[in-house]
Amino acid sequence: MATKYDWPAAEDRSLIGKRHNRVDGPAKARGAAKYSYDRNLDGMLVARLVTSPVPHGRIISIDTSVAEKVEGYKGHVNIMNVGDEVQWVGTEVLAICADTEEHARDAAAAVNLHFEILPHWVKDEDVKKAGEANRVQPAKDDTKGPDFAAAWDSADETVEGYYGLGIITHCCLEPHGQVVDWTGDDIKVYASTQAVARIPADLARGLSRDESIGTVEADSVEVITPYMGGGFGSKFNIDTWGIACAKLSKKTGRPVKLMLDRDEELMVAGGRPSDYGNVKIGAKRDGTLVAYESETWSTGGIAGRGSPPLPYVYNNEERLAQKARHLNVATNIGPARAWRAPNHPQAAVLTMCPMDDLAAKLDMDPVEFFKKNADLTARPEVYRYEIDKCAEMIGWKEKWHKRGDSGPGPVKRGLGLSLHTWGGRPHDSTCEVRIQPDGGVSVNLASQDLGVGTYTTLSVVAAETLGLQIPDVKINIGNSKLPISGASGGSTTVGGTSASTRRATVNALEELKGVVAGSLGVGADDLVAKDGKVFAKSDPSKSLSWADACRKLGNRTITGQGKQPDRDGGKLNDSGVGGVQMADVSVDVETGVVSINKLAAVQDVGLVLCLEQSESQVYGAMIQGVAWALYEESIYDQATGKMLNPDMEFYKLPGAGDIGEMEVHMVQNKYDDRGVIGIGEPPAISPGAAISNAVANAIGVRVPTLPLTPDRVLAALASA
Amino acid sequence: MSSNKPCDGPVKGPQHEPRKGFSRRTFIEGVGIGAGAVGAVGMAPEARADSSELMGPSPVPITLNINGKSVDLKVEPRVTLIDALRNQLDHTGAKKVCDRATCGACTVIVDGSPVYSCTLLAIEAQGRRIETIEGISTEDSMHPVQVQFVENDAQQCGFCTPGLVMAGKVVADRNPPPSMADVESALSGNICRCGTYVGVRKAVYEAARQGGA
Repeated sequence: MATKYDWPAAEDRSLIGKRHNRVDGPAKARGAAKYSYDRNLDGMLVARLVTSPVPHGRIISIDTSVAEKVEGYKGHVNIMNVGDEVQWVGTEVLAICADTEEHARDAAAAVNLHFEILPHWVKDEDVKKAGEANRVQPAKDDTKGPDFAAAWDSADETVEGYYGLGIITHCCLEPHGQVVDWTGDDIKVYASTQAVARIPADLARGLSRDESIGTVEADSVEVITPYMGGGFGSKFNIDTWGIACAKLSKKTGRPVKLMLDRDEELMVAGGRPSDYGNVKIGAKRDGTLVAYESETWSTGGIAGRGSPPLPYVYNNEERLAQKARHLNVATNIGPARAWRAPNHPQAAVLTMCPMDDLAAKLDMDPVEFFKKNADLTARPEVYRYEIDKCAEMIGWKEKWHKRGDSGPGPVKRGLGLSLHTWGGRPHDSTCEVRIQPDGGVSVNLASQDLGVGTYTTLSVVAAETLGLQIPDVKINIGNSKLPISGASGGSTTVGGTSASTRRATVNALEELKGVVAGSLGVGADDLVAKDGKVFAKSDPSKSLSWADACRKLGNRTITGQGKQPDRDGGKLNDSGVGGVQMADVSVDVETGVVSINKLAAVQDVGLVLCLEQSESQVYGAMIQGVAWALYEESIYDQATGKMLNPDMEFYKLPGAGDIGEMEVHMVQNKYDDRGVIGIGEPPAISPGAAISNAVANAIGVRVPTLPLTPDRVLAALASA
Repeated sequence: MSSNKPCDGPVKGPQHEPRKGFSRRTFIEGVGIGAGAVGAVGMAPEARADSSELMGPSPVPITLNINGKSVDLKVEPRVTLIDALRNQLDHTGAKKVCDRATCGACTVIVDGSPVYSCTLLAIEAQGRRIETIEGISTEDSMHPVQVQFVENDAQQCGFCTPGLVMAGKVVADRNPPPSMADVESALSGNICRCGTYVGVRKAVYEAARQGGA
């Protein structure tokens, strides 16, 4: 049923779906955007963590006597206590602060910790060895669909293979951390967070556990985060360092800054679980997939993790016989945190790579094989369309060859593809839109912009609704005192915030129309706001400029409220999308080096609000995909239990010259009726599988595990 | 994988302290696996050898030339230029990220070349012409590279942006304008985690076409 809140029809959109410069672009390009790390408050102290150097142990003593004599020392708080058990290197034991960063480092270095050493385990790929070390726990055993044995027997062609990908870490460029300024009953927190509205309760709860502090009310906490330097799923909580930082601020009566060091950031503040597994997959001669079985294992640290949704995308329970077992390997490494599309990138590798191998065995073009089985997905039409479109973009018809049939010379070229899906349902959100007598408009909600374009999308929604331009609207987000909106996780932000903003703006405009109608001598229902004017549809000569219309308010400011969900608020959003990505790579079989020629992506997200920022999300996801497909991996040493590369020299990330050409096509005007759906996660899923498949196509053998580093490529070639 | 990327092409990315003749490559080769500890030890004698008198460990008065202005401050000799800029002068555009000459977020321009300010001591920056991102624009007027960063959506979270802008400015200001390969080489010492390189490459290339500064 149509409502006044519905998105404008395609022909009535002047801003929605178009290209716009990022609203926060100039502040960022000028270096003027103030991040939490950039806050220098008067009298501010600097704090550092003291962390465990052992992977597993019990604290015997914490000696701060020397540290307390270090020049500039101002105080410390324990995060753990004598007798407590640490479970990974980098576990936060205490926080210590001083007048300068240098003195804080000196003080931290002077703290003496003693541990009773306990046995540790940090390796995840060799599940047999992990089992012998008593580190393996069954986590999932699912059987679905037709009888597996019968389906397997009916297959004409089968593949049984080993696939996997290592642990990666978020490596946010702005590390986790915050500045806390605790004055009287007010606690101001400049936190690098994806969850502005959630942090007050989280911090108050953490502080209230400390008897020496007593009860702290969530409402006394104000979180201020206009900009934040990357989260990718790792920054939802205040964490131990946030609570310790607040305690130090209370203790010293001064603002305190505590941002993690790079090694801490990589060891304890990030981490996407590995996944390794044996996969069996079978199809009929004509390419119809009939059976998929996986036994997978992974580690998310000592406490485990979820399991990958297998089989992935191709998972019709009526037609495909499926078995998925998963084991958790408990390791003494920093605990896993959510990473863009948790568990999906791993599932894509464990499904799309075996499928690609099966296509090669069937002597089928993978594009035909993936399309033929599209009926096993939840969105056959979407995927068929996207596969064709993406194939056109990458030049599949002209460039594809049979696996390994790459011609002479040491550099082999190949193509590969992968499919993905994600929900992206909207989170809850409330918004207040203000229209001032001077014509000013502000959108107010406690959301946050992680760099995805929240400032820009909300500007577009409000300006489109009021017939204004983007600069006419001020967006106030990044403050927990504003109307509450959800955390930015799972691609839920754009759907939630755009809906609450649209409804609030429509409500505010309606009130303005009521005021203006009398002076124009028309009914409020007859008024429209467009092109910077408010005028009567029936007689456009009855018109006021936006400024003149607002002047009619006298001294009154209009506030419009909007929320998500809202049963009577129209259908503004949805969940569930599909996307396809293809890779064109070259592999030097003498050196094992893989390079990207081109990556192409086709992505459906319902109604696109800001085309350019949506494309940027996809480009960024693919570039991150190049990183984990080819370069980055957290490497752990069993002898010491330490991460060997908690830095940016040896934790490898690509540069501007390492990513090849990229092309993105956002599906527009096809599924707009579904409303807005999140885009952060979906494009982050497929790159690894698509690149791995392209490498297999180029060199004729599967490199079983990612990242596809030269040593792994050469080993696969040697064992072929 | 920028640290495997040669930085010794015709157009160089941010360098570690050019006057001392360190390229990033030789720096990395020199320090090997234990980069943190060995790097620190490796640097200190350099700094001392240059000084005619012993300085520190207490703060010493220094004068820096920042964005054309002479600035007096007191720093411990161990304080790096990035820490002096950010912690003492509130020039927070340049970011501290890797703190060991890998990621380029701290890039400033010293005597016309991009430099990792996390690996240059503040005391060593005396007598040099230091340009920070705060010095290349006003609220009303941005450098062409900055304009093109906005036009090409070359930023997401924005934390790497100031470093990329400064590295990009040096290459964009060159005459004749750089090729796309030159641009990629010049930016290879800067890491972005959100994945903005598609826009960044275009932005710097476009700015160079429009004549840089």
